[in-house]
Amino acid sequence: MRELLSGNEAVARGAYEAGVALAASYPGTPSTEILETLAELFPQVYAQWSPNEKVAFEVAIGASFGGGRALCTMKHVGLNVAADPFMTFAYTGVNGGFVIVSCDDPEMHSSQNEQDNRIYAKFAAVPMLNPSSSQEAKDMLVTGYEMSEMFDTPVMLHMTTRISHAKGIVELNDKVVGPNRKFVKDPAKYVMIPSNARKRHVVVAERMEKLRHFAEETPFNVVESNGSKIGIITGGVSYQYAKEVAPELDYLKLGMGFPLPMKKIEQFVQSHDRVLIIEELEPFWEEMIKAAGFLKVEGKTYFGALGELSPLRVAHGLRDAGIVDRVDEPVYSAGNMFPRPPVLCPGCPHRGAFMALKKLGVAVTGDIGCYTLGVMEPLNALDTCICMGASIGNAIGMEKVKGSDKGTVAVIGDSTFMHSGITGLLDAVYNKSNVTVMILDNRATAMTGGQQHPATGKTLMGEEAHTVKIPELCRALGVGSVRELDAYDFDAALAMIKEEMARPGPSVIITNRPCVLMPVRIMEEPYLVDAELCTACGACFRISCPAISASHETNKHGHPKAIIDETVCTGCTLCAQVCPPEAIILKSQFVKV
Amino acid sequence: MTKTMNILIVGVGGQGVLLASEILSEAAMNAGYDVKKSEIHGMSQRGGVVSSHVRIGPVVYSPTIGEGQVDVLMAFEQAEGFRAVNWLKRDGIAILSRTSLIPAIVTGSKQYHYPEDAVADMGKIVKKVIGVEADKIAGELGNPRLVNTILLGVLSNYMPLDLDLWTDTIKSRVKPKLVEVNLKAFQRGRDIRLTAVSA
Ligand SMILES: Cc1ncc(C[n+]2csc(CCOP(=O)(O)OP(=O)(O)O)c2C)c(N)n1
Repeated sequence: MRELLSGNEAVARGAYEAGVALAASYPGTPSTEILETLAELFPQVYAQWSPNEKVAFEVAIGASFGGGRALCTMKHVGLNVAADPFMTFAYTGVNGGFVIVSCDDPEMHSSQNEQDNRIYAKFAAVPMLNPSSSQEAKDMLVTGYEMSEMFDTPVMLHMTTRISHAKGIVELNDKVVGPNRKFVKDPAKYVMIPSNARKRHVVVAERMEKLRHFAEETPFNVVESNGSKIGIITGGVSYQYAKEVAPELDYLKLGMGFPLPMKKIEQFVQSHDRVLIIEELEPFWEEMIKAAGFLKVEGKTYFGALGELSPLRVAHGLRDAGIVDRVDEPVYSAGNMFPRPPVLCPGCPHRGAFMALKKLGVAVTGDIGCYTLGVMEPLNALDTCICMGASIGNAIGMEKVKGSDKGTVAVIGDSTFMHSGITGLLDAVYNKSNVTVMILDNRATAMTGGQQHPATGKTLMGEEAHTVKIPELCRALGVGSVRELDAYDFDAALAMIKEEMARPGPSVIITNRPCVLMPVRIMEEPYLVDAELCTACGACFRISCPAISASHETNKHGHPKAIIDETVCTGCTLCAQVCPPEAIILKSQFVKV
Repeated sequence: MTKTMNILIVGVGGQGVLLASEILSEAAMNAGYDVKKSEIHGMSQRGGVVSSHVRIGPVVYSPTIGEGQVDVLMAFEQAEGFRAVNWLKRDGIAILSRTSLIPAIVTGSKQYHYPEDAVADMGKIVKKVIGVEADKIAGELGNPRLVNTILLGVLSNYMPLDLDLWTDTIKSRVKPKLVEVNLKAFQRGRDIRLTAVSA
């Protein structure tokens, strides 16, 4: 059977074929669909969203220690959160096979940085496989479990956006029967107190030697000879770009990207006049190969270390290196066009919070989620964004040094608060901070597609779950003032934020309107603009609602009046609340004269 | 077909770009070709530009198309079609739905300007441009969601895929009660040809 699968779907299929017993994750682009596919198509595999990547990783370690094959998936920055268990798990090794899938995002299509997680494999001394297609993603995941059990090590499967989200044809296989293991007490292996860890570190070094031999033999590291004097060392999606541009060259394809097969590389380097390394982001392979003494290899000089590669970028690199003489350049150009940035949806409850914060002019430490779009023109109401959970700590520090005369408000989403906001709030209470924290509770992890979390009452596999009561949780942490706010009530928002900022000690404001898109689409009666009353003042344009646009009618100064697209207006009322001439009216009350 | 054929589908989040590229890719796989297709998912695209690369051939390497290598560009929104013109190769074909979606950032802005007629702008620099009244046709057929299928019908004239493959794939992808109207929409699109429309 052949199917057209994305890299992520192929990993899910591979998990099923490899007999994975447990998969744990926290959503994050471009990794999210792996667990979503498992839950949808392969309910035989137990899969769960954890509150964050560190917990997910620890759950998966527990499953491995318990003897089951375990899968843990996350976006690149998720591994920063899970780095603590990851680094030491490399010492204990596994019982049931363990594969960590790291989905990186070169070019930052949906991320705050473009760190190259291949470096983590070397840092932790964990072997790494680099698929270059959906088929390989599945094959390598299955082999990854065998390697993991054979060498007693976690294995990293390194994916990137173009592997995770590209579809290709995949040959499906039957489910294999993995080993049937149980937990066996073995403190010398599983309890990393210093005396045990020192011994395990030796095991890690010995294991690395065995893995180096394995790297020489695995069919994933393959030479493709076309009789060229020029050799390319590459892997992952870069292999596909290079083959596209220059199929006539010789290739050493690194399907296993750490540890490197240095003997194979030596042979390849010595049998070619020139050897180029084509890899995305960091000179990870280039530096290791040069450090091994093969100084004639070239790489980053021609291909750059920022952003993602593409067929055109690889072609330019090969031209600059003098290997191809002509590049088919693009012939047309659209010139300067208007931008089309992502925007908050019509009716998005986050809009109300940012309208109020903008009006107050306070410093707003932000976080990651749909609400980060509060930074965009014309809202311009969010001032910082570092990583998930950072808003509260940032606000505490900013407030301690009196960085903003108008005060500081932290803004954080519900899923992000569950992920890593709780400890920040604990800090605010403990260290007597005066910050005001707004939890924008839309009851969904909206940014990544509406996944469940501990405060939504459902699990990934669709079961009912306990719903964390966020106000009670905040009070239990010691926050004196915890209040609920209707995100669609602009005046109430202004008043409440002012009151809470004036109050000594930390306070929390929780907005209570759900996401308008998920889990159900919310459409109330739409509003319309009465063109006779509209003065073209532009107040409604400044709230940045996609349902509102410029009409062909203008006022006497030539400024456009507004019209509302009633097919997308959700009836949230926010524009009506800020319209000075009260020209925005409920459709049913609209009487055309 | 001995070479790889490159199709770029562009539009705005929520317009159905991904479903269209899915149907195209599946039809091509069922025809026995190697297929790769690539796009950026994620809600960060909400209301933003969406594009899907589809590559079809005997053996396909790169999942994305090289800039300037597109054989057929199909746009669900005319200005987005024009924005993507740099992807088109010299004798490439552009199929543009005459749909206009003006983003909030342009509304009331002095700095930004939305093109009056992107199909005409495109026609000034590219030889083979087809402007499709897809919204109007979908309206006539009684369902605005048919734009998708109408555009696939236009595209089918330039793809080496038999009609049966298209109809079978569409049948497998839409609800039974919508099959008939979708096949009608597909045919309406298929009746549109370069010579019949402004070139
Ligand atoms: C460590 C880490 N994990 C995952 C992500 C991906 N991610 C970005 S925002 C977000 C969740 C947003 O949900 P929420 O805080 O509820 O805000 P909403 O989008 O619903 O407004 C996720 C999972 C990330 N950026 N960093």
